[in-house]
Amino acid sequence: MVQVYPDQKGRYGDFGGKYVPETLMAPLQELEEALDEAMADKDFIAEYHHVLEKYAGRPTALTHADKITDLLGGAKIYLKREDLLHTGAHKLNNAIGQALLAKRMGKSKIIAETGAGQHGVASATVAAKFGLECKVFMGEEDIRRQEPNVFRMKMLGAEVIPVSSGRGTLKDATNEAIRYWVANCEDHFYLIGSVVGPHPYPRMVRDFQRIIGDESKRQFLEGEPTLPDYIYACVGGGSNAIGMFHPFLEDDVELIGVEAAGKGVDTEEHAATLTKGDRGVIHGSLTFLLQDEHGQITEPYSISAGLDYPGIGPEHAYLFDSKQVRYEAVTDEEAMDALKLLTETEGIIPAVESAHALAQAFKEAKDLPRDKTILINLSGRGDKDLATIMNHFKGEE
Amino acid sequence: MLTQTLFQGKLSKTEDLFIPFIEAGDPSPEVTIELALKLQEAGADILELGIPYSDPLADGPTIQRAAKRALDNGMSLKQAIELIPTMREKGLTIPVVVFTYYNPVLRIGEETFFELLEEHGAEGVLIPDLPYEESESVRELALKHEIEYISLVAPNSEARIQKIASEARGFLYCVSTLGVTGGENQLSSEVTHFIEKVKKHSPVPVAVGFGISTNDDVRMIREHADGVIIGSKIIRLVEAEVENLKDEHKREAALDRFYNNVRELVE
Ligand SMILES: Cc1ncc(COP(=O)(O)O)c(C=O)c1O
Repeated sequence: MVQVYPDQKGRYGDFGGKYVPETLMAPLQELEEALDEAMADKDFIAEYHHVLEKYAGRPTALTHADKITDLLGGAKIYLKREDLLHTGAHKLNNAIGQALLAKRMGKSKIIAETGAGQHGVASATVAAKFGLECKVFMGEEDIRRQEPNVFRMKMLGAEVIPVSSGRGTLKDATNEAIRYWVANCEDHFYLIGSVVGPHPYPRMVRDFQRIIGDESKRQFLEGEPTLPDYIYACVGGGSNAIGMFHPFLEDDVELIGVEAAGKGVDTEEHAATLTKGDRGVIHGSLTFLLQDEHGQITEPYSISAGLDYPGIGPEHAYLFDSKQVRYEAVTDEEAMDALKLLTETEGIIPAVESAHALAQAFKEAKDLPRDKTILINLSGRGDKDLATIMNHFKGEE
Repeated sequence: MLTQTLFQGKLSKTEDLFIPFIEAGDPSPEVTIELALKLQEAGADILELGIPYSDPLADGPTIQRAAKRALDNGMSLKQAIELIPTMREKGLTIPVVVFTYYNPVLRIGEETFFELLEEHGAEGVLIPDLPYEESESVRELALKHEIEYISLVAPNSEARIQKIASEARGFLYCVSTLGVTGGENQLSSEVTHFIEKVKKHSPVPVAVGFGISTNDDVRMIREHADGVIIGSKIIRLVEAEVENLKDEHKREAALDRFYNNVRELVE
């Protein structure tokens, strides 16, 4: 029989759990009870799917990327187009699910952390749509490099709270969001943006993102006789990857998670948590993380704000440890080249995060026979990244 | 009511306890030792020795700054514990509770951590991000090494209070308000109900911490609880003298002013 993860204590094998101050134990319990009730309620699930379809634009397309396939001359490449989802990335799937849950729990104030700003935008969007008050914590470095998203959040009526600690990135924003939640847990709902945090967050976010994999499976079999041989997704906290992978875990498909190698895994500047990290506790769960020999969390680096995180969701730690998923790391340079290639051949400007998955897939596709099939989760579009992209390629014209 | 020996018999009283917190290495290891001795002189009954951590989730800006100062000086879990014997040599007799986040413990290894505590003469340990449900192995090791594992209860612990209190060792830490350390919000009258409730279930002294920053706060808590824990306010007193404390020529006078300020706070 297939073991169902997480277990009662929120464990995926050794990983997961609830490593939080006592003050958060009651709100986590309240959340878990409300979540279990909601997920067992047909009406709740129906509403979630209704909003996904009528408001967010699901199902998203599955695109056969024939030009890049021909160019690389290897495996046949398909793209799952989360970039076409309203607000431009997969993050909205989860934000809709959690916002509906917040409403159901009678909580009218939400808080969120954001790195690339996509989760912040998704949260601000659902807040506007469902009449919730929204505060988004964002690191100062990320505010600088994802400026268009900061503007979008403000337009949508959210308050953006700059976080200056650490390097001013996603880790620091998450710390501050958790601290704020501790003080305001009675009437605030913390809308986490990835499969991280204490139980039941990693499970909840996975279940709100698995629509990506469920749809892909159905759509793939409409055009192909069998499931894909390989599936690639980028991994920051790991929500788009888990959402894509989860429905395929029992199938004969090779799953590949792609981390950010920044300036190289042999430099100090990367965010390759599984490739280079060790076991530890971050943001309430036992997982892998980048840390020094004394157990201090170290500052990650990636050109992509959404992958610039020193931890990873506990379920990925488990899938890595049990070798069910292969994890690779891709540098800034490789990701940006893949971004450019996809733009020029397929007319799709991907998010810098998603470009990491593309880079690894392109690398491997070349050497695969033509009868093999590849599915890449294109987690978001690159509109938010134009400044980063221009800056990266300046001087090349 | 007390049925346990507390802190290996080193706690001289079980009421009116003053439990200050300092961060190891803030602003330097030598100063930490001097501050510990000054606090004992000022009437501290237990010392909470904080281990600086990169991502202190339960702490507000004051203790975050202290941690940063200490980490910038290269302080680590092991080095901090190694300060304790020097404190003892210089005359510290009160129990020392090591306050650390869980990740450094996990990194060094739970066994090794407790061996270090025992070897260096710490009497207690408090891990703010290790709730009851995740603490089984640590509690077992604490018992084995005769180190008091300090548990926390919060105003929203409700049904958990009884379970947590029934296994409390050393003292039971009551978090006064929902929030991180260092808030200066008025202590509400609800706190007293909460303390009374906790006291009913606790086999050990009940001490209250978080946001206690004035002499009025201290007096108010004293009326209801067995002890008062003061963290951020003590750190702010250190911070006010931080440059003088670092300067060998000005240190003595700064320590005296620190002493006077602490006395004023708890008298
Ligand atoms: C487009 C896009 N892809 C991927 C990520 C990484 O997050 P996760 O690993 O949770 O999917 C982000 C995060 O902001 C993102 O915006």
